[in-house]
Amino acid sequence: MLTAIVTMTLLAALIGLVLGYSAIRFRVESDPVVDKIDAILPQTQCGQCGYSGCRPYAEAIAAGEAEINLCPPGGEAVIQALADLLGRDPKPLDADHGEEKPKQVAVIDEQLCIGCTLCIQACPVDAILGAAKQMHTVIAEECTGCELCLPPCPVECISMAPVKEDINTWKWPFPRAAEGGA
Amino acid sequence: MSGRRLHEFPGGLKLEGHKSLSNAHPIRRAPLSELLVIPLQQHIGEPAEPLVKVGQKVLKGEPIAKPQGYISVPIHASSSGTVIAIDDHPVPHPSGLSAPCILIKTDGDDKWCEPPRFILDDWREMEPSALRNRIREAGIVGLGGAGFPTFIKLNPGTAPAVDWLILNGAECEPYITCDDLVMRERAEQIVGGLLVMRHALHAARCLIGIEDNKPEAIARLGEVVAALGDDTIEVVPVPTRYPAGGEKQLIKVLTGREVPSNGLPLDVRVVCHNVATAAAVFQAVEDGRPLVSRVVTVTGHGIQDPCNLEVPIGTPVEDLLREAGHFTDSFERLIIGGPMMGFEITSLRVPVIKTTNCLLAVARDELPGAGPQLPCIRCGACAETCPARLQPQMLYWYSQARDFDRVQDFKLFDCIECGCCSYVCPSHIPLVHYYRYAKTEIWAREREREKADHARRRHEFRQERLEREKRERQERLRKKQAAAKAGSDKKAEIQAALARVKQKKAKQAADGEATDK
Repeated sequence: MLTAIVTMTLLAALIGLVLGYSAIRFRVESDPVVDKIDAILPQTQCGQCGYSGCRPYAEAIAAGEAEINLCPPGGEAVIQALADLLGRDPKPLDADHGEEKPKQVAVIDEQLCIGCTLCIQACPVDAILGAAKQMHTVIAEECTGCELCLPPCPVECISMAPVKEDINTWKWPFPRAAEGGA
Repeated sequence: MSGRRLHEFPGGLKLEGHKSLSNAHPIRRAPLSELLVIPLQQHIGEPAEPLVKVGQKVLKGEPIAKPQGYISVPIHASSSGTVIAIDDHPVPHPSGLSAPCILIKTDGDDKWCEPPRFILDDWREMEPSALRNRIREAGIVGLGGAGFPTFIKLNPGTAPAVDWLILNGAECEPYITCDDLVMRERAEQIVGGLLVMRHALHAARCLIGIEDNKPEAIARLGEVVAALGDDTIEVVPVPTRYPAGGEKQLIKVLTGREVPSNGLPLDVRVVCHNVATAAAVFQAVEDGRPLVSRVVTVTGHGIQDPCNLEVPIGTPVEDLLREAGHFTDSFERLIIGGPMMGFEITSLRVPVIKTTNCLLAVARDELPGAGPQLPCIRCGACAETCPARLQPQMLYWYSQARDFDRVQDFKLFDCIECGCCSYVCPSHIPLVHYYRYAKTEIWAREREREKADHARRRHEFRQERLEREKRERQERLRKKQAAAKAGSDKKAEIQAALARVKQKKAKQAADGEATDK
């Protein structure tokens, strides 16, 4: 009886030591879950989820403070991927935060632009080029379509245009069951 | 011919050839169209960049677009005339979308430009890299299938010596006979091109693989090779079995070597080119003629006069159909490529491009009907026929479930889209369509992923910059304040010094007064 108690106590102490040591020795600085969630988010940095960017939203999800269905640009695919990663149930997109839209880019009407630089300051990915009292323009390749440049513009010269499909980005449609034949 | 021991590839199908429809007559020159539509992207890789302006006169063979990036070749005017537009125009693509094209209104003279100076050099004495450059300058891409730039496939890179250079004359897909006719009529050019390619690759031995349903082509090439008297070059008839003309399948049949998953033929020290590509290489190197035309089979029971035509690149499809007697009453649909791997087009305005090998006008009930799709009964017929040794039923299952991770576990990207599985499926499931859907969907997600990562980096960089600017501003402010403070201290010091002087003076005055007294 005594032997058993001593053995178990010793074992517990030993394992405790090992665990305690490895907790310090192999400490992970940043939370890997946050990185994984951040890797799934679309990085538009649009803030439609209510957080200031994709990373803050990822941190909130990891901390259990936010639902996984607040990201309209990511849509169904992101919700599904997050549900798979975190073992939560997928939910439909929260309509309060916006709806899933086809990919867009911002376009500045260069005739109307007065060169106020407000949109440049609003752009989260530095996709707008220009200087004070000089015409601005959007680098379409870099634009994430977050729409953050729309509200600050005093002359409403920025509009969103859908991204055109070309033969390199075209996708085969899902086969319709009824039609048959490849 | 040779007594070479041949191997077998797994699966495959015995198909009705329908080759005699179009291979009875020699190659005819297609009449020159009034309008040539030349797409800037005709193959895998980067599109070319226009070198001409609207209104500019061009001569046949003149470069009109230059390559961008490595996997890209220049494009040449296929006849003389005037550039009338550089604009979006329907192109031969399964999407039916438009893409940037150079439109040339021909003047009917079909006048060649001066051949480039380099043709004076003898290719036998050229460095392989210079030779590859010459082939690139001529705009040559693989004429058999996907149109990969030929000069890249003539670069052995750092790989060890190439054991086999294979010319692919199998032409396994039903109906198509353009390679057959090229082999019969241009055997000397093909063998000439083979020698050029061999020089570029330093290949030890060469094989020309031809399906045994083309006896004339085998005999003709056999004669030319025999006249050469080089016993390291062989013409090898291979059994007719679809898809023996698949690159990996032909390599397996001829050499017994298997190209690894995700690998290239070069990994097993083999390089494979199409026979018509070899002929184009010969013309480019020997005569300095760029790739401005190709042979296209126009066939099917939906067309009145099936034939093979030598067609300038950019000729609209409708002009070819007119040359082949136009549609019969039973015409149903038009396919670019063959019945197994081709795709349907709806616009007759699309042009012939470098990779267009066949126009198939299908009559009603000509091809085995695609009945309504039924559930998969897991009979395994697809797995038995798959030449890539995949499990098509599993690929189908995960593609339709949109489970793109699992579908890649089952090696979706090893699928060559030969269509054997769809052909044998008793439930009429359009299997290849599902795989194409899954492939393009996966590529799109990868592109989005890359774009997101790029946006993340830019966002983080911006955050960092804003932080830094804030810090610098604060630093400046602090310095200014410190300086201001230091300034006020000095004032106080001056005041104190003045006060001291005053005091001293007062004291001196007092002392003076005292001594005066």
